[in-house]
Amino acid sequence: MLAVVITVAPLGFSNSYYYDVAVNAMFNAIVCVGLNLLIGYAGQISLGHAGFFALGAYGSALLTASWGLPPIAAMLISATVVGLLAFVVGRPILKLKGHYLAMATLGIGIIIHIVLKTEAKITGGPDGMSVDNFSLLGFTVMGDRMWYWVVGILLILTVWLALNLIDSPVGRALRAVHGSEVGAEVVGVDTSSYKVLVFVVSAVFASMVGSLFAHKNGFITPDIGSFMHSVELVVMVVLGGMASVFGALIGAVILTLLPQFLAVVEQYEAMILGAIMMGTMIFLPKGLLPSIVSAFKRREGGQ
Amino acid sequence: MFAAFLQYLFSGLTSGAIYALAGLGFAIIYNSSHVINFAQGEFIMIGGMATATMVAAGLPLPLAIALSMLASMMVGVALEKFAIEPARNSDVVTIIIITIGASIFLRGAAQILWDKEFHSLPAFSGETPIGVFGATLMPQSLWVFGVSGAVIVALWWFFNRTMFGKAMLGTSHNRLAAQLVGVGVKKVLLASFALSALLGAVGGVVVTPITFTNYEAGIMLGLKGFSAAVLGGLGNGGGAIVGGLIVGIAEALASGYLSSAYKDAIAFIIILFVLFFMPNGLFGKRGTDRV
Repeated sequence: MLAVVITVAPLGFSNSYYYDVAVNAMFNAIVCVGLNLLIGYAGQISLGHAGFFALGAYGSALLTASWGLPPIAAMLISATVVGLLAFVVGRPILKLKGHYLAMATLGIGIIIHIVLKTEAKITGGPDGMSVDNFSLLGFTVMGDRMWYWVVGILLILTVWLALNLIDSPVGRALRAVHGSEVGAEVVGVDTSSYKVLVFVVSAVFASMVGSLFAHKNGFITPDIGSFMHSVELVVMVVLGGMASVFGALIGAVILTLLPQFLAVVEQYEAMILGAIMMGTMIFLPKGLLPSIVSAFKRREGGQ
Repeated sequence: MFAAFLQYLFSGLTSGAIYALAGLGFAIIYNSSHVINFAQGEFIMIGGMATATMVAAGLPLPLAIALSMLASMMVGVALEKFAIEPARNSDVVTIIIITIGASIFLRGAAQILWDKEFHSLPAFSGETPIGVFGATLMPQSLWVFGVSGAVIVALWWFFNRTMFGKAMLGTSHNRLAAQLVGVGVKKVLLASFALSALLGAVGGVVVTPITFTNYEAGIMLGLKGFSAAVLGGLGNGGGAIVGGLIVGIAEALASGYLSSAYKDAIAFIIILFVLFFMPNGLFGKRGTDRV
């Protein structure tokens, strides 16, 4: 179904601006599908994933610019480094619960953001730095249309991967952790390993999308790693629906498109965004998709 | 050498006092409702901005301060009534997003109501620095110490000596039991938000002559306050005060001796280290899980 939507959607795109917005929506969707594994399925919050996203972006930018590495190698190296980092900090951090975990992940994100902003000699500081096009085996991905298809295929792959992971023993273990961590441990689930695993997976997703984002945009600033960007990612996941792969996807698309519509009422953008966040969480605490689905089910049951 | 150290200490204590007030705000709300209020920093911003604009409009300082405290408390009560109360039984993540939504909303409103410029207040009692062992201390810093100290003593009195304060403490220990002995838990919740908003506004007012304020000033102050509260152990009032002072002093020393660019990172580095080894903060209770 997703494949159909991705193929059909461009029929309605009248200019490259639409493609640009769509590519960004799909970038966010990939990050959110990964983040949803952590938040929705394993029940662990992260307020620092923009930090991993930014590390991927800057890793690619630096490795291609100053070391002359091919973009794909730069992307994989950055993702490996981010994965290792997530693994190292993941163990002590994921022992924490609730608000303490929120604080720790938030701290990591903010530290990464500040480092990127401050080390101006390497990263260009707040002014940002430019990044070359993405090319693989002499083939260069250029223009919004080509990016659209490439990212579209990646998104389908990601969703397929996530759905498989959820249906695997790992996925069941994660849901057990969400349900009751102690309970899961008692029946023999190595909870901390599973939590770290999914933390690393979601960080690697974020890093790889960060790399692609850097190549696509051609220019990055430290603000892609800001606290607000981390919050945006979490909101996308929760808005669309926790523990629902397609929910996260829908949340990402809505929240990417929203600013485009709100641009008309520029002044009030922040207020409306805040109000939407509060409203959705109060009235649809499970997120859009699960709420709609259960409303439909209730209807059918009533008939 | 010593003078420089003393200088850093003064500036650390000044910002530490504000973090402590913000941290206390987090602790009070957390105790009564188990909610972390990410909009806590906005109360600081509202206190500072409202006072600054009213003073600029010609109102006498004390009246302006009283009015902005009132305004901030009303925002706090509205937040509880319209955003937290309807979502009482939701997940941690859901409520975190509601309060972050509220902080974005309040920032957006502040940006429209006021503007994006920096605002300031004149120092309460002149700008003649006081010399202390070679270091200088601004009179406004004394105001910050004095007011924070007074607020802390008042809070202690409120929670230990008044009926309503004791009711609030009781609710934080056991909500159901408090309800059974006749405590109006809803009133306690409203009061805790009003009180936290008041603390934030007080902090915002006394610090504005030193640091200035704008519509975004609440973000970092709020996050530092959260660090202070977590550092001391969530829900532990004394811990939040100590946590705030530790964060403030460490920040000032690090920016003096190491690098001022990393000033804002220090709070988070400390918090990560502490949480690595003490998952419940410095003075937090060790929790047990119920299955």
